[in-house]
Amino acid sequence: MKKMLLMLGALVLCAGTALAAELVRLGVVFPMTGPAAVYGQNGIKGLKLAQENRPTVLGRPVKLMIVDNKSDKVEATNAANRVIQKDEVCALIGCLTSSNSLAAAPVAEKAKVPMLSPWATNPLVTQKKEYVFRICFIDPFQGAVAAKFARENLKAKTVALMIDISQDYSVGIAGFFQRAFTKLGGKVVLKTHYNTGDQDFSAQLGAIQAAKPDIIYVPGYFTEDALIARQARELGLTQPLLSGDAAQADELIKIGGKAVEGLYFTTHFDEQGVTTASGKHFVAAYRKAYDEAPDSVSALSYDSYNALLDAMERAKSTDAAKVSAALAQTKDFQGVTGVLTLVDHNAVKPAVILQVKNGNFAYVATVNP
Amino acid sequence: MDAAQLTQQMINGLTLGSLYALIAIGYTMVYGILRLINFAHGDVLMVGCYFAWFGAVQFGLPWWVALMGSMALTAALGVLIDQGAYRPLRQAPRISALITAIGVSFFLENLGLVVFGGRPKAFARPEMFNHIYQWGEVRVLSLSIWVPILTAIILAGLILFIHRTRMGMAMRALSRDLVTVQLMGIDPNRIIAATFALGSALAAAGGVLWAMKYPQINPLMGVLPGLKAFVAAVLGGIGNVTGAMLGGLLLGMAEIMLVALLPELAGYRDALAFVMLIGILIFRPTGIMGEELPE
Repeated sequence: MKKMLLMLGALVLCAGTALAAELVRLGVVFPMTGPAAVYGQNGIKGLKLAQENRPTVLGRPVKLMIVDNKSDKVEATNAANRVIQKDEVCALIGCLTSSNSLAAAPVAEKAKVPMLSPWATNPLVTQKKEYVFRICFIDPFQGAVAAKFARENLKAKTVALMIDISQDYSVGIAGFFQRAFTKLGGKVVLKTHYNTGDQDFSAQLGAIQAAKPDIIYVPGYFTEDALIARQARELGLTQPLLSGDAAQADELIKIGGKAVEGLYFTTHFDEQGVTTASGKHFVAAYRKAYDEAPDSVSALSYDSYNALLDAMERAKSTDAAKVSAALAQTKDFQGVTGVLTLVDHNAVKPAVILQVKNGNFAYVATVNP
Repeated sequence: MDAAQLTQQMINGLTLGSLYALIAIGYTMVYGILRLINFAHGDVLMVGCYFAWFGAVQFGLPWWVALMGSMALTAALGVLIDQGAYRPLRQAPRISALITAIGVSFFLENLGLVVFGGRPKAFARPEMFNHIYQWGEVRVLSLSIWVPILTAIILAGLILFIHRTRMGMAMRALSRDLVTVQLMGIDPNRIIAATFALGSALAAAGGVLWAMKYPQINPLMGVLPGLKAFVAAVLGGIGNVTGAMLGGLLLGMAEIMLVALLPELAGYRDALAFVMLIGILIFRPTGIMGEELPE
């Protein structure tokens, strides 16, 4: 009880000091170092661009309080506590990976601070939470899209799964993929595991070689995906590789080289699949600012910033409860990743399928929910 | 599992084991002489990889020049670490030096994050290591054959060095009795510096081979190989160079076989390494090759 009172006190103080300083502080808890560093750094690029574009809300300047969660669950909790208690933020953007978001979400929920994740796709992140939202689709959908693509386009009858057991994202999506793939008449012939940071996959791939699947589903981070692809090709495995949204990073191609050629993955955004006017504007501005193509994380971070500010404007306040209520009613938001509506705190929107071709990501298809 | 599969997995295990062994040798050398577990060894390896990356990828040097340069620079770094962090604590209790080693490890990791950034960098594999040999169903990357050979050569050279040269003799003497060695007119600080230089150069060599096999480098890449090599060194009997080799091979083989035979337990391969560590510490604390220490 005492703790709750303290928290409430902190919140009141937050509102008080923010008003006095006329600043709207947004906490950003992203992985700037560690295995997910690439995602965090691209996400910040998107956020910075969004802030440049729209520096004020309700007539007050926005300030981003960026804290590194080191791609680590414990650090994600610490970082969320830090921005909420020390920086007294009014809302939180983050985390990116599902595992980090699952660790930070209870902190935001308990402190009653709205949290909006740009990229965490595991369904548990927002489940049974009043203050936690996301701007991306969830893995039951992404897994089903991948399974349908594998069955219908790749004509796969059998699949081997390689799951990163230290990531909630990977474990979750592999399960949803398996369910959808079996429902469509396919068969999972082998399930094998690894941990983020592993570098040797020869043993797992040896087992897959013996199981002779039609395709290999590897919903992992880009570093592991690239190393798996290289070692698979060296061992003579020629099956198509299929991955999820965490594969979308330039480093996948830099590290994977020729071995990742032909790799397919499902993701949120590609500049060739842009449909909205704000999307076209974003791609042009991003290319001008950073001289590279935007990826899903940067686009979703950009959308998170704008969706949050929209909610504040609709609520006409930065009060946590009002902003949360407004966020929950987000409808037909013209995001750069498409027009989206939040249903049960999750975005419902199409997925994009990309393939690595000639050292670039090539657009294959858009799949509607 | 058929014969081809088994052979394939044995070769995978041999390569991984040799990499562990190469890193473990550096661990064990420093321990043998100073009785100090140099927990920064894995991070020295990481810095060595970045030196080689700058040489080979940024400046376009031939890979062996980059490797030599990296070994020289990393050796210098090892000496610097010894001078800066360990030498002031030479007379302090052993636990102080151990804690300092952990501090150096964190320092190098975070320095790496600041200087090189958190994004992984792609490491190039030279053409001669990229060839794939095929016998029936067994496919082997030429690098996978070179790694055990290079490890064996380095081990042989090291054993010769320790047993046949004056410097090696001084190192062995130092590991027995620091005070008496000083009475014999040997400068222990010079010998210790040489040990660190040699150990760090080996770390760089191990790191570069590691990065060629698993071609990405990042500032935290040294943590796990460092820990595994530590387990390998303890398995073999810490302080014993041949033991480190054996421990490395045993650990690499055990890890690969666990995943190969029980794919559903693949996620526990790191756990296996540490269970082996605990097991050996309980049942044979001196390791496979270790001698009983006269206390």
